[in-house]
Amino acid sequence: MTEFSVEALRKGDKLALSRVLSRVEADDESGRAALDALFAFTGKAHKIGVTGAPGAGKSSLVNALAQHLRRAYADCRVAIIAVDPTSPFSGGAILGDRVRMPDLQNDPFVFIRSMATRGALGGLANTTLALSQVFDAAGYDYVLIETVGAGQAEVDIVNLAHTTIVVDTPGMGDDIQAIKAGILEIADILVVNKADLPGADQTFRNLVSMIEMGYRGASRVYSGHHRQAETLEAQPVEHEGWLPPVLKTSAINAQGIEDLEQAVQKHRAYLRASGAWHAKETGAIRQSLNKLVIEELSANWKKKLPAGLYETILQSVIKREISPRAAARALLAYNSE
Amino acid sequence: MPDKKIRVLIAKPGLDGHDRGAKVVARALRDDGMEVIYTGLRQTPQMIAEAALQEDVDVVGLSILSGAHNALVPSILEKLRENGQDDVFVFLGGIIPESDIPGLLALGVTKVYGPGTDTRVVCQDIRAALAKRA
Repeated sequence: MTEFSVEALRKGDKLALSRVLSRVEADDESGRAALDALFAFTGKAHKIGVTGAPGAGKSSLVNALAQHLRRAYADCRVAIIAVDPTSPFSGGAILGDRVRMPDLQNDPFVFIRSMATRGALGGLANTTLALSQVFDAAGYDYVLIETVGAGQAEVDIVNLAHTTIVVDTPGMGDDIQAIKAGILEIADILVVNKADLPGADQTFRNLVSMIEMGYRGASRVYSGHHRQAETLEAQPVEHEGWLPPVLKTSAINAQGIEDLEQAVQKHRAYLRASGAWHAKETGAIRQSLNKLVIEELSANWKKKLPAGLYETILQSVIKREISPRAAARALLAYNSE
Repeated sequence: MPDKKIRVLIAKPGLDGHDRGAKVVARALRDDGMEVIYTGLRQTPQMIAEAALQEDVDVVGLSILSGAHNALVPSILEKLRENGQDDVFVFLGGIIPESDIPGLLALGVTKVYGPGTDTRVVCQDIRAALAKRA
């Protein structure tokens, strides 16, 4: 069944795509087999992360950006993965991001998939990366990934997206909020959405000065160098290659969206030209490989243990004959044989 | 391995703008552990079928208060079938005259609910329908 689905998916069959997405999200054997089969076709899509506080206008911004992409590039295909939180109490979820995307629902070149976090805490679900790979293999040129309403530490998106857009709004706090570690730091592009509201200029200025401060800080790292003056002169803020632009948008009025799209394209060109694209890909693949190795190990380590050994070693630990770490090493020794 | 989540699309086809009932049901299903995709108001049958397809839902719940159910429901069922989703269960809630209910059930609607329905009954019915399919 999987073989057939993968072939149909590659040919543009939406039902096949949708079903494969479900299997991959369930992370069952058929989903894993589909991912294995599809992986060779990935690596082409530009993945754009959109994150920010609840109610900042992420869905509306995704709606406007996707619409703009479709207008600007007639043949491009746009996938949207919209993540909303799972209730820790019932395990259920309300996935309401489609409400903000009415303009996209009659476009056959746009595919919107909502997903619940299912207990993951970093602002995405555990299988969001995998879903983005499925869209990539299905020939979608852009994959827009909207995180859950993020606070200060939900920064997983940065490992997944090529371009991360952080959405802020007027009235979300002063300049101290702007220099805290966390979500603002991961931005490749910063957006002040709802720029039609009072206070937008203040928020804009706070963000701009935060960015400038950050880049002066980065330069100071080199000040111990014996050619410090020259280093500072010769390598101004562009040393890192990319200075995150701060943009004002009003998503529901479709204002500032063209500039945002241009900024995304500029960032993409920068990633390609500077080698940062390759570095990002390498980092992301390394991270997912390490995660999978650990997953496979933890799923299989008990299989080679002689019967009763685990209980024997556990008892030794309880009696303080050996330490927990020594016990763990003794158990794993069987795995490597 | 996590158990299979039930995915439900709650949609408001047609032109009436009263979505309180749809939201109450969405909330009840969420509290019963289901993943509920809510699409918002004024959806065409085409949009609802497309959303059901993209979201690979098990169930579509329609809320219709406008009296247009005899026009909207057949069209939605037909489009679901065209998309290959004939295994999706369709539940209907709203202001539906008794006399229209047998016709809607004959078309393939699983259940029709009127005002005052206990939301726990809806949850049970959905689980029972899916259990039969599996």
